[in-house]
Amino acid sequence: MGSTGKIIRKKDLSIWQKSYIPEIVKGLRQTIAEMFKPKFTIQYPEERFKPQPSFRGRPVLVQENEVERCVACGLCSRVCPALAIEVQASETPLEKERYPIKFEINMVRCIFCGFCEEVCPEEAIVMSNEYELVFSSQEEAVFGKDKLLKTTEELKDRLEFLRQNR
Amino acid sequence: MAKITINGKIFDVDPELTVIQAAAQNGIEIPHFCWHPKLTVSGNCRMCLVEIEKMPKLAIACSTRVADGMIVKTESDRVIKARQAVMEFLLINHPLDCPICDEAGECKLQDYSYKYSVGYSRFDENKVHKPKRVRLGPNVMLDVERCIMCSRCIRFSDEIAKQPVLTFTQRGTHVVLTTFPDTQLDNKYSMNVIELCPVGALTSTDFRFASRVWEMSSTDSICVGCSRGCNTHVWVRKNEILRLTPRFNEAVNSYWMCDSGRLNTFRTVNSQERLHSPMIRKDGVLVDVGWDEAIARAVSDLKSFKKSEIAGIASAFATNEDNYVFQKVMKEVIGTKNVDYVQHVEDDAGDELLIRADKTPNSLGTRQVGVRPAEGGLDITGILKGIEEGSIRALYVLEDDIAEDPRFAAALPNLQLLIVHASVNSKTARFADIVLSCSTFAEKNGTMTNFAGRVQRLRPAVATLEQDRAKDGFAMSRWDKFASQNDRWGRSVKKDARPTWRVLTAIANALGAKLKCTTAEEVFKEIAEKLPPFKGMNYINLGSQGANANAAESVSKQKVTA
Ligand code: SF4
Ligand code: SF4
Ligand code: SF4
Ligand code: SF4
Repeated sequence: MGSTGKIIRKKDLSIWQKSYIPEIVKGLRQTIAEMFKPKFTIQYPEERFKPQPSFRGRPVLVQENEVERCVACGLCSRVCPALAIEVQASETPLEKERYPIKFEINMVRCIFCGFCEEVCPEEAIVMSNEYELVFSSQEEAVFGKDKLLKTTEELKDRLEFLRQNR
Repeated sequence: MAKITINGKIFDVDPELTVIQAAAQNGIEIPHFCWHPKLTVSGNCRMCLVEIEKMPKLAIACSTRVADGMIVKTESDRVIKARQAVMEFLLINHPLDCPICDEAGECKLQDYSYKYSVGYSRFDENKVHKPKRVRLGPNVMLDVERCIMCSRCIRFSDEIAKQPVLTFTQRGTHVVLTTFPDTQLDNKYSMNVIELCPVGALTSTDFRFASRVWEMSSTDSICVGCSRGCNTHVWVRKNEILRLTPRFNEAVNSYWMCDSGRLNTFRTVNSQERLHSPMIRKDGVLVDVGWDEAIARAVSDLKSFKKSEIAGIASAFATNEDNYVFQKVMKEVIGTKNVDYVQHVEDDAGDELLIRADKTPNSLGTRQVGVRPAEGGLDITGILKGIEEGSIRALYVLEDDIAEDPRFAAALPNLQLLIVHASVNSKTARFADIVLSCSTFAEKNGTMTNFAGRVQRLRPAVATLEQDRAKDGFAMSRWDKFASQNDRWGRSVKKDARPTWRVLTAIANALGAKLKCTTAEEVFKEIAEKLPPFKGMNYINLGSQGANANAAESVSKQKVTA
């Protein structure tokens, strides 16, 4: 309701307008036009949606040369608005000095915001293209390192996308 | 008195002070790394540069004495520029280690980078690399790359700990902190350098990588390692103590605490040996039972002895509240005269700085609240003899492992009844008929009196089964605030333990007494009303720094005149 616009009341409509016929015709025209355009719907689950690299699927940990990149700094855990991430650090003889002896994401808490990916100083946690998450209990929804680790190969598209948009 | 002007405000200050001290006294912070109130001035970090009128160049506030009429500017453009330059130099070779650095979150260099630095780096050459995992001693690790050469650790070791083993070698950006050949940093106070170090160059081997600082809650408490009673912060995550750090109290421990207190005192709290619940002996073995059953059993068993056959051993490890209620229940409710406690003094174990030979935190308080034999009662030697000879048949022991002493260990089997308050499965507890699992120093409210008569507060940092961090006013970390039962990170183990004084009160009331106190604070109120050394004290005016008997009196006097 703009301050300049005249308020139209039902009693002000013409008979032609009151019949709704022009509106119905407009709608039908749109429907018929769409019928002959290419379709975007997918016959899920027979057909699978393949997201673009910019898609924010479930967060995963990047594994490079057999080890996780993560240094267990806990910044993702701190920034996560949903408190989904728990990291426990420990010492490793590798050059990076620390690594996550435990890394858990509670996928019931995660809201796919991507803040963890954004804050990570090591590009060790990234949003993947996986969107199918099914669990039958709260416990099952907590993903440990076994489910989180993905190789750089598997995450190639996303890592490339991040590089381009740095 | 000297009249000086700092940032346009005029102050009257002691002419002996340096500019940084005078400013600090008047609430003006001059940023600094190497200066520390308890160490000699070295003036090498250059962070405290200030502008002083009539001086041609900026001067360092830590080594410039104030003078009458001096005009100091700490926030002028010249000063800000100089600080930015100092920060830039410090950061040139500093590694980008914050993500893996234990200091992050409590790092002076990090904080100052936000406050006083330009926020970006112009340096794109290679940084100088230096040794990273160097063990300086049993408890301290060094990362030389992070060191900003403030020399605080060197000065502490030389001047306070009196173990001059640290030094710099090399020059310029290649300076390396190191120990002299064939020496290591292993004095009894070595870990104080960890807090002294303004960066993460020195870290604790014990706490290394255990937790980020922002994940823990911190509670003001005191150390129970000896009768000094050093003020501490108790750092807790998931209801578990991860570290203790010293808390400043000029009247007790200044900025320091000893390594032993820091590393050992909290082990019992987290121990695997902690009791799960009260226990009573059934058919020769101790079994876990509920509180009601344990208390009922204690009451009925105690009734079956003559007053003179019962003795009570209080504990200098327990709080004033525990000991006060204990001696009161023993003498007034149970009616025995045989009440005393065991001293734990290790001759020659004390030193000049903090460590005391008396290894209990509360021996003076134990005496002050009335733990002593009543007229004609037995003292500790008498009680031991009584047990050996069979005239003492029932013994009630507070939080002390008396069976550590072989004479007690040999005598205890003679008893018909042994009731013990213990937090871990101690030697004494293994002899007992009834074990009442008690809260440790980190799980309860209470006070302790140190060797010099300073009454100081303990505050609960770890929750027991009957406590709730939020409802009972505990310090809370972010995790504590938001955990739900589905969060693994929110789950923690809570021990079924209770403060000794409260269990004693329940037993006394079941024996027909009418003790009314329901909180430790109320017990302390009663102590303060009845006993002169505690006159005028309460939990509020003890505050975070405690009070001496005399000081508390003068505090209350001041209040009257004010
Ligand atoms: S995507 Fe967002 S909600 Fe999910 S784990 Fe990362 S920061 Fe937390
Ligand atoms: S922010 Fe990155 S490096 Fe730090 S804990 Fe999270 S995943 Fe690991
Ligand atoms: S010392 Fe401070 S600034 Fe340096 S890496 Fe550690 S936290 Fe970061
Ligand atoms: S190790 Fe720390 S305290 Fe010692 S000189 Fe270096 S920065 Fe200073």
